[in-house]
Amino acid sequence: MQTIQKNVIPLKLLAIKLYCVQAMRLVKHPTLAQGSYILITFVFYAVTTLAFNLNDVQAATKPTIKAAAKQSINTAAKQSINIAYLTQEQNPPASLSNLDPFIKEKGVIGAELGINDNNTTGEFTGQQFTLKKFIVPIDGNVNETFTKEISGQFKYLIVNLPAAQLKPLADLPVAKDLLLFDVGTSDDSLRNEECQRHVLHLLPSRAMRADALAQYMMKKRWTQWFLVIGPNPEDKLYAEAIKRAAKRFNMKIIAEKTWEHTYDARRTAQSDVAVFSQTEDPYDVLVVADEQGQFGEYLDYRTWIPRPVIGTQGLIATPWHKTHEQWGAVQIQHRFLEKAGRWMEEQDYSAYLAIRAIGEAATRTQSNELSKLKDYIFSDSFTLNGYTGTPLSFRAWDGQLRQPILLAAPRSLVAVAPIDGFLHPKTELDTLGYDQPESHCQWNK
Amino acid sequence: MQYHSLKWLLALSLISTAHAENVFVTLEKDNALAIVDPIEGKLLKTVPVGQRPRGIALSPDNKHLYIATSDDNTIKVFDANTFKELGKLPSGKDPETFALNPAGDKMYVSNEDDSLVTVIDIKNKKVLKQIKVGVEPEGITVSPDNQWLISVSETTNMVHWIDTKTNTIVANTLVDSRPRAASFTADSQQLWVTSEMAGTLLIIDSQSKQIIKTVNFDVPGITNDKIQPVGVIIDKDRNKGYVALGPANRVAVINAKTYEVEKVLLVGQRVWNLAFSPDQKRLYTTNGTSNDISLIDIESQTVTKSVGVGTYPWGVVAKP
Repeated sequence: MQTIQKNVIPLKLLAIKLYCVQAMRLVKHPTLAQGSYILITFVFYAVTTLAFNLNDVQAATKPTIKAAAKQSINTAAKQSINIAYLTQEQNPPASLSNLDPFIKEKGVIGAELGINDNNTTGEFTGQQFTLKKFIVPIDGNVNETFTKEISGQFKYLIVNLPAAQLKPLADLPVAKDLLLFDVGTSDDSLRNEECQRHVLHLLPSRAMRADALAQYMMKKRWTQWFLVIGPNPEDKLYAEAIKRAAKRFNMKIIAEKTWEHTYDARRTAQSDVAVFSQTEDPYDVLVVADEQGQFGEYLDYRTWIPRPVIGTQGLIATPWHKTHEQWGAVQIQHRFLEKAGRWMEEQDYSAYLAIRAIGEAATRTQSNELSKLKDYIFSDSFTLNGYTGTPLSFRAWDGQLRQPILLAAPRSLVAVAPIDGFLHPKTELDTLGYDQPESHCQWNK
Repeated sequence: MQYHSLKWLLALSLISTAHAENVFVTLEKDNALAIVDPIEGKLLKTVPVGQRPRGIALSPDNKHLYIATSDDNTIKVFDANTFKELGKLPSGKDPETFALNPAGDKMYVSNEDDSLVTVIDIKNKKVLKQIKVGVEPEGITVSPDNQWLISVSETTNMVHWIDTKTNTIVANTLVDSRPRAASFTADSQQLWVTSEMAGTLLIIDSQSKQIIKTVNFDVPGITNDKIQPVGVIIDKDRNKGYVALGPANRVAVINAKTYEVEKVLLVGQRVWNLAFSPDQKRLYTTNGTSNDISLIDIESQTVTKSVGVGTYPWGVVAKP
């Protein structure tokens, strides 16, 4: 086996040099009005992350696992990697229009596509991947299905459940013997205070989405925000992420209102939004937090002053979108459309990536052992193609998948975050969401 | 008036006599081919060739120019001097990359959507075989000794070794994430493969089919995830190899004996594909998002000029 040795000291020096280069660049950049703010952020990074980095840099010196890659492959005995997929049927939510039909099986088809792709590689490497689906009925008990049918029989589990169900499931003592791939939540708490070493998160967190939107608004110099929050608990969490992003990027929330459903027949969207959207101070952009889509679509074109809508409606932040076609995305869009008869949703994309991550780790380690695959997934050698132009990997401090975020209007892709100019000493992807020094995840406790 | 026409006449005679070499560049978004005089460093003209042209190659006798017009689902054959369309080849759906055998009578096409390699008899415009390969085949090349056809599949992360006599896969090499392009050394002893997502160049021994060296790139001031190697090419004496680093906007110069990265040359944005001049004194690069090509002088290892050619320059080839 060949190992790649890296020298510790030059790497450290390089990191420091990088800080300086970037700081210099910012100072010289006259068009970046907020440059000084970013500069301060960098000084903060330089002080805080360098201390953290030392451990990482040392970790990077460990031998990379590439034994498998060094051999040409024979196709003798087949090694099985069995994966379970757990979800529960959902009631269709109230919808504003019939344009977008309710999709029952978001996620499953993405997982199936991932299995197909893994098995094509497996044909050449002597590995076989299987997917067993567990779809719990609406009145069923998810934890019961897990303990009776999954625990003890599977090592890898794709979970597509809301945060309120994922948490108790992951807390089960037997769940710790598995590696769970969460493809259904964006909760920041699950990635911070409540993080768990055996749970990886594939969807971007709310904080990552909010940071992506904030970077774009900063670039457009839409610095005065009017925040509109829906009545559900999830909407409040989304609004929290928006507020965190505003603070992080030095933006101002000039007003904040909660949308109430009054069911008053005299109040229509046309009259109500115009009144609702009047604020004491002027704003550049209306930021809406309405995850279920109960009213957000009403806002665009109906505000008192003409302003763009951004957030959960209007310009949205998402890991995947039907308008995305760069970096080979057309190919996977075609393959998914052909298989599913519909566009790929973000849960499908996440489930696809989860299965591909298992595949990549199994191929490279030529193993189906949980500890080996998990070590590989968290190693520096692990890279995954997500058709978004940047290699994907998992953050070692909270299990979150590092990924670009698409900023999409209903029929056009507007931008891809991280937006140009937002720099980071390690990877610009870590300008989105909770970076290592900010993370509250302490999973060694 | 007279002065102007004189100037034109002079210019025309210069183009037709003094500098015969032409560089052909496919323009993905302009549906056209750009023709560049690399000595003068000038765009001579652009001609329409079909929908979304990408892969490009010259026949060994330099008479025919093959262009994959992806959205027309065909590979078109042009007269390399007059640019008149001579015919179409049955390439299969959405052709992007293809390769010719050294004799120039067979063409091998990657069909990305169908996970196939199509083998075409050029003279009779007939499909001889379709070979099932991994998911999303991209890079394709034939060894100079005509023993191996190489197909690289992006999603399967595999190099397929196909015997050109039987058109069947006889070996596979697992490579780093999202392999893009592959090139043989002139002696056919080594295959160089780029991995876009891992940011590496892999050097594979043709005899053992094993990776003998993994080359990493380091560009000061650029984070590692921006280093995404695509096009790769090695000079005929196996002195130096060149790798296009995509969004890092640079071409790396690699010592082909020690595999050290000797230099990185700043070119245009999102550099994709590479081609040598016929005498191997110059290297041409297509820079996808800055809409130009860079001309590199091999002896001095410097970028001498960039020439604006049109929107999304993709493939490049030079004709003596």
